[in-house]
Amino acid sequence: MATESGHGAPTASEYIQHHLQNLTWGKHPDGSWGIAHGALEAKEMGFWAIHLDSMFWSILLGSIFCFLFWLGARRAKAGVPGPLQNFCELLVDFVDGSVKDTFHGKNEMIGPLALTIAVWVFLMNFMDLIPVDFIPEAAKRWFGIEYMKVVPTTDVNVTLGMSLSVFLLIIFYSIKVKSAKGFLAELTLQPFTSDNKFIKYAFVPVNFLLEGVGLIAKPISLALRLFGNLYAGELIFILIALLPFYLQWTLSIPWAIFHILVIVLQAFIFMMLTIVYLTMAHEHH
Amino acid sequence: MNINLTLIGQAISFAGFVLFCMKFVWPPLIAAMRERQANIAEGLAAAEQSAQAQEEAQAEVDTILGEARSQAAEIVSQAQKRGNEIVDDAKQTAISESDRLKAGAQAELAQDVVSARESLRQQVSSIAVSGAEKILKREVDANAHANILDDLIAKI
Repeated sequence: MATESGHGAPTASEYIQHHLQNLTWGKHPDGSWGIAHGALEAKEMGFWAIHLDSMFWSILLGSIFCFLFWLGARRAKAGVPGPLQNFCELLVDFVDGSVKDTFHGKNEMIGPLALTIAVWVFLMNFMDLIPVDFIPEAAKRWFGIEYMKVVPTTDVNVTLGMSLSVFLLIIFYSIKVKSAKGFLAELTLQPFTSDNKFIKYAFVPVNFLLEGVGLIAKPISLALRLFGNLYAGELIFILIALLPFYLQWTLSIPWAIFHILVIVLQAFIFMMLTIVYLTMAHEHH
Repeated sequence: MNINLTLIGQAISFAGFVLFCMKFVWPPLIAAMRERQANIAEGLAAAEQSAQAQEEAQAEVDTILGEARSQAAEIVSQAQKRGNEIVDDAKQTAISESDRLKAGAQAELAQDVVSARESLRQQVSSIAVSGAEKILKREVDANAHANILDDLIAKI
């Protein structure tokens, strides 16, 4: 059930909304900068605001990933590997295999990129399995932090930030491999084409519309797929948390077990699609 | 669910983590794995090579063992032959020795018989003479009747 707060127990909808509100720091409409108190103030801040909780957890988890793998890779040797090196190698080998299955060019970037996505997104998703009230309640009691959303991937900014980075890489490699002209030709001269020059150029607007939508759909679908899955999962955990505490386990345990599958799968899908998109960026059509 | 600076912040940290991974995580791990792969391949090749060498050595051992076996069999058969020869020789020697001993013993025996007969004759002749003396109640001249006695002795 909703935990007690200073000014009486919140209603169910207040409880849910509170859990879905990020800790936002930004520019108030009056020009001053500060923490937003409530969803309305956060909304009024517009673009010039930052979700401190999302950033904190995402950077913390990314740092954990980097530190862990740095420890594993620091003394990497060809002899018998230690447990940590073994673990890191297992993941690196898995990611490397996934990359090699799809991407046949030479690119130093794709492997590390895919590994970072897989592990980082997994760790961010994993926060979803921590009971929904643990960290927000601790933050409130010990640090006086009012809002705390601990799963960064339930913040659409986070998933969009990553997918737009991937999008920039797609454009960068498309231009690098095919040249700007080749990339433009790919966007405008297909799928409809003709031997007649006039008809060929008449198709340009249609082709550009189709290909442009296809191109834009990549980062959007990438971001929204991850966000939607995790947001829905988080919401269900919050709803389950509304049950009396002695009944919560009947639903939260099955859902958490199912969610283990979801968080791994979503991390893998994000990684795999990134590889596929970058492979497509490298290939001539 | 507002779009805001978090998006940029996330993109920047994403780039940072990817670069870190690209520089400090991926290359050493991949290098270690490649090296281990090479080592394992080398080890397997070496194992195969030594297995082949072992096979060759085994074949050599087999031929040497076979030779040794046939040699040993030859030696044994020679020894048996020699042994038989020795036994035959010994038998031969023993037979001839026993023949010799038997002949010597027989000769000795014959001589003993002769000498015993001789002494018996002497004794018989003296008994006969004393017997005759008693019968005749007079002294018989041994010399005068020597030829009769000799006849008698010869008849014994």
